[in-house]
Amino acid sequence: MREKELEKLKDYKYGFSTDIENFKAPKGLNEEVIRFISKIKKEPKWLLDWRLKAFERLKVLKEPDWQKPKYPKINYQDLYYYSAPKSFKEKPKSLDELDPKLLETYKKLGIPLQEQKRLNNIAVDAVFDSVSVATTFKDKLTEKGIIFCSISEAVQKHPELVKKYLGTVIPLTDHFFATLNSAVFTDGSFVYIPPNTRCPMELSTYFRINASDTGQFERTLIIADKGSYVSYLEGCTAPMRDENQLHAANVELIALDDAEIKYSTVQNWYPGDEDGKGGIYNFVTKRGLCEGNNSKISWTQVETGSAITWKYPSCILKGDNSIGEFYSIAITNNHQKADTGTKMIHIGKNTKSKIISKGISAGKSDMTYRGLVDIFKKAKNSNNYTQCDSLLMGNKCGAHTIPYIKNKNSDSTIAHEATTSKISEEQLYYCQQRGLNSEEAVSLIVNGFCKEVLQQLPMEFAVEAQKLVGISLEGSVG
Amino acid sequence: MEKKIITDFENTYKNSSLNDDVRFKKEFLNKFIEKGFPSKKLESWKFSDLNQIINKNIENLIFYNDITKSNKIDESLYLKNLEHNKIVFINGKLEEIKFEHEDNNKIKISKETKIDDNLFKDNALIDLNNAFAIYNYKIHVEDGYNVKKPVVIYHTTNSELNSTNINIQLNFLLGENSSLKLIDTFNDISDKNFINIYYNFILKKDSVLKNFKLDNLINNNIKYSFNNIDQETNSVSETFILSTGSKFFKNEINCNLKGKYSSAFVNGIFSLSENRHHEIKTNINHLIENTKSYQLIKSVLDNSSKAVYQGKIYVDKDAQKTDGYQLSKAILLNENSEFNAKPELEIYADDVKCSHGSASGSLNDNSIFYLRSRGLNYKEAKNLLIKGFLLDVIEKITDEEIKNIIKSTMGLST
Repeated sequence: MREKELEKLKDYKYGFSTDIENFKAPKGLNEEVIRFISKIKKEPKWLLDWRLKAFERLKVLKEPDWQKPKYPKINYQDLYYYSAPKSFKEKPKSLDELDPKLLETYKKLGIPLQEQKRLNNIAVDAVFDSVSVATTFKDKLTEKGIIFCSISEAVQKHPELVKKYLGTVIPLTDHFFATLNSAVFTDGSFVYIPPNTRCPMELSTYFRINASDTGQFERTLIIADKGSYVSYLEGCTAPMRDENQLHAANVELIALDDAEIKYSTVQNWYPGDEDGKGGIYNFVTKRGLCEGNNSKISWTQVETGSAITWKYPSCILKGDNSIGEFYSIAITNNHQKADTGTKMIHIGKNTKSKIISKGISAGKSDMTYRGLVDIFKKAKNSNNYTQCDSLLMGNKCGAHTIPYIKNKNSDSTIAHEATTSKISEEQLYYCQQRGLNSEEAVSLIVNGFCKEVLQQLPMEFAVEAQKLVGISLEGSVG
Repeated sequence: MEKKIITDFENTYKNSSLNDDVRFKKEFLNKFIEKGFPSKKLESWKFSDLNQIINKNIENLIFYNDITKSNKIDESLYLKNLEHNKIVFINGKLEEIKFEHEDNNKIKISKETKIDDNLFKDNALIDLNNAFAIYNYKIHVEDGYNVKKPVVIYHTTNSELNSTNINIQLNFLLGENSSLKLIDTFNDISDKNFINIYYNFILKKDSVLKNFKLDNLINNNIKYSFNNIDQETNSVSETFILSTGSKFFKNEINCNLKGKYSSAFVNGIFSLSENRHHEIKTNINHLIENTKSYQLIKSVLDNSSKAVYQGKIYVDKDAQKTDGYQLSKAILLNENSEFNAKPELEIYADDVKCSHGSASGSLNDNSIFYLRSRGLNYKEAKNLLIKGFLLDVIEKITDEEIKNIIKSTMGLST
């Protein structure tokens, strides 16, 4: 038995769970639970009202069902909406007070939380189940006026900023999962970069779902004020459990005049076992607003985990001359399913967007690229370039491309290209002839296929992601 | 609407003797009433809300069609410079069907009142067609017979027709190793009608179908045409659509490549102005290995017109070695024009070569500059570029004679 467990762990090395006592809200979704969450977080009244308004709206909203991967109905009353390590009832003042078990968990995950390990220049905000456990490098950031903390802390310390921007990109009433998140979100990261500041390091959040039967609903809000720059990373893992767990986060980015936000995700939630049992449902709403002129938002994602990935990181290009970019690699293996892509909404003049999407499906998986490019009438001289390539491995998987292209402006150009193919025999033969075994050859070719996107990731992540691409496809050749 | 459509239905079949078949048709009517005209809530009508378009353009749509009344055929409408066989519909009624250039033993024409089941369950308009198309014409080309001259179907309406729905249904069976060239032309003097056409083609082994749909005369009718094409081994279908004249026109091509080495070609041109709103929707289903499809759609959009292209390539898991290609390009000449595209790939087999491309924008400034530097004025330069852009599609037509006719109707002949 033990051996079998170990064998499993080899495939998904983050699959362990931490035995830590949890403090949970009562099961179920109702007004009490929302009040409970709000109370425990000592939230001001306006936020509670905001949550309740979302909950009211949720009652009339229906779960969308147009997506390609279908899943069994989720019983929202059977979930815990708040779970926190017990030692967190009183928030620890410093890292020394943190539960050592937690620190150990993050150590296993390779997240440097402790002071002495802060060699690589990345500030981390770690979210464990529902709460943010630690934020590193705070002093150095405060010096520059940068606010990087958990969103609960931001509500307490910077209510004016949160109130001003929360829900401006993803409104309360947006759609089922976004509204659900608005009602019950528990924690997440908050970033504010003051004007004309270049954030000196990569900011990063690490999400971990540990408790079972828990949904994770975090909310991230990033504001880049005029002329600022920030690069933000997000990583996610979860233990291996037989049941499906829901992850419905909301991420809002706001870039004011001349600001730039770079948001990278390496998503490695537990994908379920070989037979498709268990795994995370990753239903995330991510949206960036290029509010100011000359602003830029760029999404980079490497999606290898989750049983079902269903998300469309989008850019609303409102400011003139603003730029939106989307780089994505999505890999599905075994029974994984993904329906992902982006939306580029061109509203301002001279706006530009670029979409590079690479999908790889293997095993019995199914992958869909779904995207929208919408050029409004007033968006003169706008420009979009889209390229989505799919690679199929084996004849039991599927790869689909569903782009929606709307052009309402005669001065704008849209170009879209998509191809679907498999790894050619010639390429494999060439690599094998030079001494690589078939698995190495595939890994090399796939990495080449993804190169354009991998290049967009910050250095530390790129290496990791490259390995991840290899691991995700292990055993799919033959 | 519900009450009206039922009365119109009863009036249409009041004097008919076809009891059983009417009951069958009534089922389709009920299905249609349940669904209603498609609106943008349906994914396949996302860009063209037919319900809204009909409500906006036609007040009190009449479904009743008096087929006892005969209309005189205006022979001046016949295509000149082309020897051809004729099928003439006037106001939805078949007035003439004449295969004067053919061996009449080789082509069988039958008229049935019984309607085949609707295989497209979601399609309310086929239900409507099944309910109101009184006759279902079947044209069977015998094995090994090549229809010598093109068959031209004249869809004409005259000024007597107003705010009426017309339903036409034709079935074609092409026997083994046979071939057929079919031209659809539209001549409308009428205004504000909804014309609903359904063709069903069965292509047996080694048969060849060429269908040209020419909607080039300006009119204010609303049209929907659905072609279902089932293809067996080694058969070829070629569809050309010229979408210009009607107020609204949606052409839908559903092609099932069921036999090995079968291939389908769809080429289309949108050349729109003045509030026209046209759509082409294709659905190419590759169901078996070694099949091929090719689609090329080009649009030139002027004066607040709107074109939509929804093309889908579906590759079944058995359809290895599929070759699927799809390209749509649009030139927007006016700031009020709009182009929407949804080129879709749904692929379940790995050894395939599928790609699609879509581009839209204005005329290339560099090209205009080049031509002007060689002495053309702006207008000439623009026209030349548009002509070249569209000729690309026309050159794909494999029948020289028909190609030249299309060129001259579009004013593109050299």
